[in-house]
Amino acid sequence: MFDNFELFLTTLLRGAPLTVAATGGGIVLTILLSFVAGLAMLSRSRWVRFLARVYVEGWRGTSEVVQLFWIYFAVPLLVGFQLVPLWAGILVLGLNHGAYGAEIVRGAVNAVPRAQHEGAIALNLGPAQRIRKVILPQAFVEMVPPFNNLFIQLLKSSSLLSLITVTEITNQGVQVLVPNYTGQALTIFLIMLVLYLILSLVITVVMRLVERWAARVAGRPATARARVTGELGI
Amino acid sequence: MGGWDWGFVSQIMPTLLRGLLVTFEATLLGSVLAFALGLVLALLRRAGIPVVSRLVWLFIEFVRSTPLLVQLYFLFFVLPDFGIRLSSLTAGVIGLGVHYACYTAEVYRAGIEGVPRAQWEAATALSLPRHRTWTRVILPQAVPRVLPALGNYVISMFKETPLLLAIGVIDLVGAAKEAGAGAYRYVEPYTLAGLLFLLLSYPAAVLVRRLERRVGH
Amino acid sequence: MPADDVMIRFDKVVKRFGDNVVLRELDFQARPGEHVTLIGPSGSGKTTILRLLMGLERVNGGTIQVGDEYLSHMRRGDKLVPADERHLRKVRRRIGMVFQQFNLFPNMNVLRNLTEAPISVLGQPREQAEARAKELLDMVGLAEKLTANPAELSGGQQQRVAIARALAMQPDVLLLDEVTSALDPELAAGVLDVLRDIARSTDVTLLCVTHAMKFARDISDRVLMFDGGKIIEDAPPAEIFDSPREARTRDFLQSVIET
Ligand SMILES: Nc1ncnc2c1ncn2[C@@H]1O[C@H](COP(=O)(O)OP(=O)(O)OP(=O)(O)O)[C@@H](O)[C@H]1O
Ligand SMILES: [Mg+2]
Repeated sequence: MFDNFELFLTTLLRGAPLTVAATGGGIVLTILLSFVAGLAMLSRSRWVRFLARVYVEGWRGTSEVVQLFWIYFAVPLLVGFQLVPLWAGILVLGLNHGAYGAEIVRGAVNAVPRAQHEGAIALNLGPAQRIRKVILPQAFVEMVPPFNNLFIQLLKSSSLLSLITVTEITNQGVQVLVPNYTGQALTIFLIMLVLYLILSLVITVVMRLVERWAARVAGRPATARARVTGELGI
Repeated sequence: MGGWDWGFVSQIMPTLLRGLLVTFEATLLGSVLAFALGLVLALLRRAGIPVVSRLVWLFIEFVRSTPLLVQLYFLFFVLPDFGIRLSSLTAGVIGLGVHYACYTAEVYRAGIEGVPRAQWEAATALSLPRHRTWTRVILPQAVPRVLPALGNYVISMFKETPLLLAIGVIDLVGAAKEAGAGAYRYVEPYTLAGLLFLLLSYPAAVLVRRLERRVGH
Repeated sequence: MPADDVMIRFDKVVKRFGDNVVLRELDFQARPGEHVTLIGPSGSGKTTILRLLMGLERVNGGTIQVGDEYLSHMRRGDKLVPADERHLRKVRRRIGMVFQQFNLFPNMNVLRNLTEAPISVLGQPREQAEARAKELLDMVGLAEKLTANPAELSGGQQQRVAIARALAMQPDVLLLDEVTSALDPELAAGVLDVLRDIARSTDVTLLCVTHAMKFARDISDRVLMFDGGKIIEDAPPAEIFDSPREARTRDFLQSVIET
């Protein structure tokens, strides 16, 4: 059953750079949008809050597959030019997960004790200075575990890009290998799944390091953390 | 090119709604499977047999770390090699159910462990029989904590059912895709599909959030 | 009293939380450099008075003045309108506050806790802010803790840093809200010594809420007994502690001594 193991592995690995690029690009965009929309939801201006809400609820309320097809198939008909599939994919991964990330940022900022806001006000720091110098440095550490979960979801979602012809890992497996090696699907899929598992672990390991850094920034003594992913009610 | 064609909309609406029924069907069956199998996984982890709970933990982590889409393809392409032929929809429901069971299992676990240890001890002190402890003390406290989380996962699953189109299920998005390909008009079908998802999932999400707040989580 | 002789003036200040009226047309004044202590039963609104002065709460009626400027309001033409954020920040510059729970920033070491605001709010050069921070830390007896993190300090040390941090902004008025009530007695003693020192050696106006009656007697020029949303007795410490006029003051002091 493992006759073609090496062939399968190298073929699938040829898709890995695109999976990594889509995931990495998606993560960068997610972080950006999470902070912009998350802080906008805390703005004092009602309009800014409203716009951020519309973005967050709109992108969380619709299906990611629909979003992808909409950007890839429908938008070109409206605006008259076609996005490169990878870029369309990164855009959707970022916009979708950024909407979830915005809630993470908002929640973490709100979790910083009121006393810290007031301490900063009493020293006459302005609103932007309070957020930047006092609140965010303490909020990062709260954000890291949920962002870890979110990034793993994003990695998993990157497989959707196979549906719009991006030749990432899933596409390599399903379009290139499966049709040509009947009867060997089990091997192909096991390798594929393990590749995704490894990438998930890489994300988790990196995020553990980030968490340690964030704990130091927040001025917290490092704690051994045994938080399980996907706790109640996210 | 482009523009919004109401005639086309009314022409494809019945197809879309038929697809939506399939989406509902998949979500419903998938949720039932996820709730039941998740409970089995949670109980197996708690059963106190180290090998079993270790294996269950590995399975859960593995499923949660890999894409649902690949898992669906797995069911669709691998099982036939072993003589198991499933319809697209059956394979899809199993895929959804197993994937989400690995999330609901954690919900159950957290729900049960969220009941303070002292409650168990109090029940023991009153020498309540084991099944009474469960039905009268533990579950009444655990279930309200668990419900909103389960509700959220049903909503997530609803939004992920379009993945089933990859293995040939004609759900809402599958129907939109066919309608669009037939006329080479994608704006209306995908916009409508998106709006339908929003229309259904947003109120549900608001309801769950209200429930969450009531439970005081 | 001429205006330039008043540092703080509350004029018929009303403050409500929902139906709960905490301040009922409160009037009181403090002169520059004066040391005023507020005493009164728990939940009567002492903290609220300080928070209003710090701009952490808004008044529902009446006006508050700091020096010759309104805090809660600003002049527009010859009308008074509720203050906006910019005006609030301008007046707030003259006021510093020390909290019961210290509220040090855990993400900054001791030195940065003291220099952050002077640099980014007052625009002081870093060297100047750091030199001043070192002087202040020396004054509160923590010169060696310059680079420590707040989490590594005892409660009493944290509170002394918080006092130094407030002074680093060179406020005209320093608000102290039960600054020792979260501390064990030995640690509290160190903090009170620091405050006695400040009261003696600076000309900052002190408005202080405390249950430490001996301390209040030592440092205060005036003690205000606050109850039922109003000030019911206003006298020098010797008078209020030894021969209070009001029955409620007597009862209150009695209960404080007993506990
Ligand atoms: N943010 C708030 N919202 C609602 N009510 C409040 C708020 N802050 C204070 N209160 C109420 O106002 C009243 C006065 O509170 P305050 O904290 O000023 O009392 P205090 O005199 O400082 O009491 P203590 O000696 O216990 O510190 C209390 O009844 C309190 O419940
Ligand atoms: Mg108080």
